[in-house]
Amino acid sequence: MAGLMKRMSLIFKAKANKALDRAEDPRETLDYSYTKQLELLQKVRRGVADVATSRKRLELQSQQLQQQSDKLDGQARAALAQGREDLAREALTRKSALQQQITDLATQHASLQAEEEKLTLASQRLQAKVDAFRTKKETIKATYTAAEAQTKIGEAFSGISEEMGDVGLAVQRAEDKTQQMQARAGAIDELLASGALDDQTGSSKDDIQTELDRMSSTNDVELELAKMKGEIAGAPATPAIEGASLTKQTAPSPASPAEVQQPEGSS
Amino acid sequence: MIIRILGEGQFEVAEHTAEVLNDVDARLQVAVDEGDAATFRSSLAELLTLVREAGERVPDDYLGPSELVLPAADSTLEEVRALLGDEGLIPG
Repeated sequence: MAGLMKRMSLIFKAKANKALDRAEDPRETLDYSYTKQLELLQKVRRGVADVATSRKRLELQSQQLQQQSDKLDGQARAALAQGREDLAREALTRKSALQQQITDLATQHASLQAEEEKLTLASQRLQAKVDAFRTKKETIKATYTAAEAQTKIGEAFSGISEEMGDVGLAVQRAEDKTQQMQARAGAIDELLASGALDDQTGSSKDDIQTELDRMSSTNDVELELAKMKGEIAGAPATPAIEGASLTKQTAPSPASPAEVQQPEGSS
Repeated sequence: MIIRILGEGQFEVAEHTAEVLNDVDARLQVAVDEGDAATFRSSLAELLTLVREAGERVPDDYLGPSELVLPAADSTLEEVRALLGDEGLIPG
């Protein structure tokens, strides 16, 4: 019984023979095949370009995720500085999820890069064979009759047919991979665009940033208050030095010296 | 004899090396028939290494067919089964 390698080669040969048998004049097969070869060359080159586009998109997304991760790191530090360990923990949890995605992207990036290299080499091999085929085709057409051509064509034709099958399979696999990557990349784009992650413009705010901003504006208010208190306390027009009374400034008490806060009291 | 590794190109391998390949090839065939993915992976890797190391690259502009054809290094058992089952799967 034939092993796998033999069976595989027979499959390729059967395909080539079928194409040869179909033609009335084998010399026509040469021209037809040559047209197909040029088409395939175009296809491989397009494939290389598509994979490169996909790869670049992954690179861009990876950068965006990294920026987001750096930002979360900064937020965690800011939260810790303000004594908010809970907020810092949340920021670091999200950062860790992002790092996981960045690692996944790196793996996919490597696989796309390998695919790109494979396709580039495949296109070079095919180009060399197509050139050799063109030369051979012209010689055969010029020199031999249809009957003679039949035997001359066989080897060259099955050789190029096998190469075309191989390259065609490589293009298909690359297309499948690129499609899978595009689906994933689309999901990450959605994630980046949604509230879950900040977009590049920084226009949308995440909840951690909102909380940090709220805390910092509360701090600003406290600072302002303290400053005002100091000013009032230091003013010569105020006889009583009672910082605590300021907190009750909206509720005038008969005992407090209210003339500073309410120079024109209703009573 | 010339052996093609799909996705890599053609290699010229001496006859006596080809005999060594036969044993592993038989194992690979059984793995494909029985759907044994682990054996498939290991014997395919072994065959590929043997051909790459013992074989000599055929120039890109050589136009002849190969006597034996090996699946690509990263092919799955399902892909190989599909290829064997239907030559229409081979493009071109």
